Amino acid sequence: MSSLAMRPCGDFRTSYKKDNTIFETKTIRLVATLAIAAACFAPLVLDGYFLTLFIQISYLGIAALGLNILVGFTGQISLGHGAFFGFGAFASAWLNTSFNIPVALCIPLAGFLTMAVGMMFGMPAARIKGLYLAIATLAAQFIIEDFFARAEWFSGGSSGSMAAPVNLLGFEFDTDQSFYYIALFALVFMYIWGCNLMRSRDGRAFVAVRDHYLSAEIMGVKLNKYRLLSFGISSFYAGIGGALYAHYLGYVSAEGFTIFMSIQFLAMIIIGGLGSIKGTLMGVIFMVLLPEMLETGVGLMKYTDWGNIPMVTDGLAYIKEMAIGLVIILFLIFEPEGLAHRWAQIKNYWKFYPFSY
Amino acid sequence: MNFELLLQLIINGLIVGLLYGVVGMCFVLVYKSTQIVNFAQGEFLLVGAWVCWAFLIYMELPFVVGFLLTLCFMAVFGVLLQMIVLRPMIGEPIISVIMVTIGLSIFFQSLTKWIFGVSPQSYPKVFDTQSVSVFGLNIELAYLMSTIIALCIMVGFFFFFKYSKHGLAMRATAFDQQVAQSLGISVKQVFAMSWGIAATVSATAGVVIGMVNGVSDSLSSIGIKVFPAVILGGLDSIVGAIVGGVIIGVLENVAEFFDSQYLHIGNMYDIAPFYVLLVILWFKPYGLFGTRDIERI
Repeated sequence: MSSLAMRPCGDFRTSYKKDNTIFETKTIRLVATLAIAAACFAPLVLDGYFLTLFIQISYLGIAALGLNILVGFTGQISLGHGAFFGFGAFASAWLNTSFNIPVALCIPLAGFLTMAVGMMFGMPAARIKGLYLAIATLAAQFIIEDFFARAEWFSGGSSGSMAAPVNLLGFEFDTDQSFYYIALFALVFMYIWGCNLMRSRDGRAFVAVRDHYLSAEIMGVKLNKYRLLSFGISSFYAGIGGALYAHYLGYVSAEGFTIFMSIQFLAMIIIGGLGSIKGTLMGVIFMVLLPEMLETGVGLMKYTDWGNIPMVTDGLAYIKEMAIGLVIILFLIFEPEGLAHRWAQIKNYWKFYPFSY
Repeated sequence: MNFELLLQLIINGLIVGLLYGVVGMCFVLVYKSTQIVNFAQGEFLLVGAWVCWAFLIYMELPFVVGFLLTLCFMAVFGVLLQMIVLRPMIGEPIISVIMVTIGLSIFFQSLTKWIFGVSPQSYPKVFDTQSVSVFGLNIELAYLMSTIIALCIMVGFFFFFKYSKHGLAMRATAFDQQVAQSLGISVKQVFAMSWGIAATVSATAGVVIGMVNGVSDSLSSIGIKVFPAVILGGLDSIVGAIVGGVIIGVLENVAEFFDSQYLHIGNMYDIAPFYVLLVILWFKPYGLFGTRDIERI
């Protein structure tokens, strides 16, 4: 998809179909297939901690891809993605407990419900853009957050709501090992869908709206329709991610879905690379591993000369938050195109190995 | 209907609203001269209030000295922030600029939480008497002082922009950067200065609010409350920021009153401004006094 990566010698595109493939070369396709196949056997080898991390990466990754479709591909700004993620989580739990819909069906339904809510709040996007839109979505974040705290019929109010584990044909996916497969399936499915979306007519329209909305409008792209659609799709992804989160943890409480979460989603896509599907996943992995790395680093510190500094060990939660803020700033100043760009550079370096400049 | 309570709430709203107006003014100042939307505005209040508190408690300085030192510190802080973090962002897309200020806001919020803790701390007493009676209404002295300070800052802003050389340079830069540059105004200096002023003035507001309510990380929420105010007034209008601030301040108190008396929805104080924000963006996105963006093809 990306034109940044160098293509191998003699690989000419002779048709639009070839130009549009998800995987540029046979090798990349082979590696991707093998990676997915290898991931299927991961629960046999890895222990619970790594599986938890992977499941976290997958539900956050799905939601972050949604945000990247909105921000990176359509050029709209949303500061309310965390609230939509939360809405998906509550919606799925609510559908399951109130209407007795099987959980496997609740997850996509929650996605559609979130999509409707997202489109409702995305409606100002038809009239305003840029900065004003950012502030409108900020308002959406606070209003939805307030709704969670208030609507007891929906979210259980301050006590939160329970979410049953996924149950498919009588089999309960209630352990890390079994839920891992649900998460893996959802991740692969949503990412392939995202790739396919971006090479369809709608995806090209999104990119056109981002790059030059006036030209896009003159060429017959309906601006309002695509801005709204982008909001809808992005919220759909957030809803699916949130629903997976709910049924993985088994319990949803209203405190988690603050503006800080929305900022974390934005940080993921900025670190990974705006407008890059591969980059989204890299950014999510980075952001999930960053606090874990800090924790390990602080844990290792007591074996060094510094010993145990109580200020650091007690304030670890704040240090993690500070690290997130710092990482956002550093990436924007030094690597505004994100990890995806860095990855392409590394690849090019090795491709021309002795002769790169 | 309890008119006495309503009147008291409206007066409270006016006082708080004037402070919103001051913070909103700083926000507009930064936006006008540098085209940066500062999501870290609330953290200026937070950092300023904590620094002043540290001067007063740890170093046991008298209030006036500590306060003046805080202002000096914040001026340097704002200028450095602009030079180190915001200067490389000139010319970047709007999402990057917004995200940098959000990054700053997270960083300083957690930094102050880490250093000073999460529990609210109160300032040492500055006044002997707690409240005075004005026209039969009880008003806390600190509130009265905050109103006077806010009005002083507003008058100061007016004279600064109207008559001083630097104020004129800033207005020129806000009007047209290239023309200003060709007339010999250092745009770099203007950018740094506007951040310095914004940080200093916001810190004043932070100290004032801290004296009334105590210092805690909830101060940074003022930075968020400012958005409804400046959008209502128009993003690039200083007068609009003051008017918007006062309206939002009164509105949240009145909403709270009607909610507690009749509606019983709860949490209206915090959430009503955001409903207003959405309504304004829907019907009049450029606010009361803002200039319309006219795009030419």
